[in-house]
Amino acid sequence: MKQAAPLIITNARLVTPRGLVAGAIRLDSGVIAQLGSEAVPDEGEKVLDAGGKLVSPGLVDLGVFAVDKPAFHFGGITRAALMPDQSPPLDYPSRVNYIAKSGKPDLWVHPLAAATRGLEGVELAEIALMKEAGARGVATGRRWIADSGVMLRLMQYAAMLDLVVVTHAEDAGLVGEAAATAGEIATRMGLPSAPAEAETLALARDIALAEMSGARVHFRQVTTAAGFDLVRSAKARGVNITCGITPAHFMLSDLATVDFRTFARLSPPLRSETDRQAACAAIGEGVVDVISSGHDPRGPEDKRLPFADAEPGMAGAETVLAMTLNLVRDGVIGMDRVFELLSTNPARILGVPAGALEPGLEADIAVVDPDAPWIVDRSKMEATADNTPFDRQGAQGRVRALIKGGVAIDL
Amino acid sequence: MTATPSSNAPGRFPAGRLAFPHAHLTGIGHLERHEILFLLDAAEHWVELNRRGEKREELLAGRTIINAFFENSTRTLLSFEIAGKRLGADVVNMAAATSSLKKGETLIDTAITLNAMRPDAIVMRHGSSGATQLIAQKVDCPVLNAGDGSHEHPTQALLDALALREALRRRGEGSEDFTGLNVVICGDILHSRVARSNVLCLQAMGAKVRLCAPPALMPAGIEAMGVTPYSDFDAALDGVDVVMMLRLQSERMAGHFIPSEREYHHLYGLTKRRLSAAKPDALVMHPGPMNRGVEIDSEVADMIDRSIITQQVEMGVAIRMACLDVLTRGRRGVEGWA
Repeated sequence: MKQAAPLIITNARLVTPRGLVAGAIRLDSGVIAQLGSEAVPDEGEKVLDAGGKLVSPGLVDLGVFAVDKPAFHFGGITRAALMPDQSPPLDYPSRVNYIAKSGKPDLWVHPLAAATRGLEGVELAEIALMKEAGARGVATGRRWIADSGVMLRLMQYAAMLDLVVVTHAEDAGLVGEAAATAGEIATRMGLPSAPAEAETLALARDIALAEMSGARVHFRQVTTAAGFDLVRSAKARGVNITCGITPAHFMLSDLATVDFRTFARLSPPLRSETDRQAACAAIGEGVVDVISSGHDPRGPEDKRLPFADAEPGMAGAETVLAMTLNLVRDGVIGMDRVFELLSTNPARILGVPAGALEPGLEADIAVVDPDAPWIVDRSKMEATADNTPFDRQGAQGRVRALIKGGVAIDL
Repeated sequence: MTATPSSNAPGRFPAGRLAFPHAHLTGIGHLERHEILFLLDAAEHWVELNRRGEKREELLAGRTIINAFFENSTRTLLSFEIAGKRLGADVVNMAAATSSLKKGETLIDTAITLNAMRPDAIVMRHGSSGATQLIAQKVDCPVLNAGDGSHEHPTQALLDALALREALRRRGEGSEDFTGLNVVICGDILHSRVARSNVLCLQAMGAKVRLCAPPALMPAGIEAMGVTPYSDFDAALDGVDVVMMLRLQSERMAGHFIPSEREYHHLYGLTKRRLSAAKPDALVMHPGPMNRGVEIDSEVADMIDRSIITQQVEMGVAIRMACLDVLTRGRRGVEGWA
């Protein structure tokens, strides 16, 4: 393992919690030592010239389904919180322990423990032991927990342990076997569909339970206008909730599924154009706390099938930064907010000392050229599968250098 | 009947392949009005042939057609089989129960396997919407959709159009299309590929379409397809020219969409009394197989002057012959189609 020798990155536009700052940043012993105008290279010190590019915290990807290091590094991701939906599920302390060490040193994986045994939504898993083993949160998995009693007891228990509860907000009864959001597109395609209100119902219940239990609850994906309204008003009341989204739901609507394109089969399904616009507005307004990749690489055995038979999910790690930078170019958010959504907030929710350029935090750093143009090409992806819904789309923003714990990663 | 325009009439359709430039028949949604008319006109020739004693014309002699049915079917499979055989083709049926899908083979692998046997056309039915389109991308021969999930069943809509056009012409009131006609389709719209294909086909032909179903069986956003939705069948029937009833698919009623067949009949069964709300000579259609006493009463289904249900079945063979002929013209080297 390489030693985290002192390194100073000069000629940088630093993305700090107080906005963009021109200057340098010194990394020492794996943490951020100094930044801004006081950081000046010592004689003989190793220097990396950023050439005026952005220097940002490495991305903290909250809620991925696979550990896919090449794709994460391409996308500037230095930490990823892994969903418990693995085979076998992360419902046992030794599995959590194994996963927590799996990416080191150049990628830190933060396991999200299965909330219930086998993710069945019935019996609580050994959450406290899994926390000891390295779990940074508990998650309900791809599905929601239908039994409200189980969900309340889960939240009470997680609140006691101060673990965030990461939940999937779709009412299972309304969703059934649905593969699409009810509406014109699903109707024309003859797809089994569920109303977008499946999200509203799930959010309303879990917000009420969060309020009762005092648990920290993170809704991994909120995707509808009505859903954002619920989150907004709950936050205004002081309920301890956060919410996230992936680029698919603020870049694409259900129109992307026409011609039965299974790479656009997602969970929750793509919504109407109205909801997509509401998602952009909610991000701009600050209702959304986290943007994650939802990285879920799926090969042809899962995707080269009729639409409703295909598995949901997208390989998103490589495109999450470039797609989020679209929001800057569109005037929705500023550059500092990009890294709040991608790094600072997810790190805070997980309780890891990273995600921002601040002295004392882990030296997880990305050098980003925010304007570099490229074309998403599924035949040239780093991910273990090519299921991107953004294939052949133009993108802007590339990671030019990546540092984990003060050590540069070969890209 | 006045001179029937035929597909051979010069200038009526673009020449050769331009008249029907599609490699496959995956849905009515891909077709233009004139392409639908082209298929209907082409089928008229086969209607006449099918009424003769000698019913074979060896257009497809030596050609192989695979009927790949991943979902059970009796009448559509039979209709396609007869259509292929009357054109002289070697027709092979692959039924779901005997397919290797049961052994875990993926649909794509099955398609590649079928393709390797070098068929000249594949007719496919599958329980998942979009399955035919998926297969069409992977094989070298024309693929005909015989029903994919709740998406489309194009030959059913074409045969319905042909049967309706013939019936209107017999009455001397027909033109080549359905401009000015009001049609109501009643039943399980949500799960019905027949309804979707018929909406598209009837509208392309100029008809106004009403849909009628209990709310749980009416798909969301259906108004965007240009139809008028109803839940009150009597209101939906008011003044219509054509009543198209759908089969109540009991096998699709996994969830409890309706309380009972009896209650369904009470609200949505086509009875003679109820039919009186429609135009006095309104035609009655049903894609079959019928649940007599549930969605349609026998005395309506069997009305000689009003029900064209058996004619629909007859037109089915002719339409499928036309589709098989037209879609294989390219590979058969027909002049202007290669």
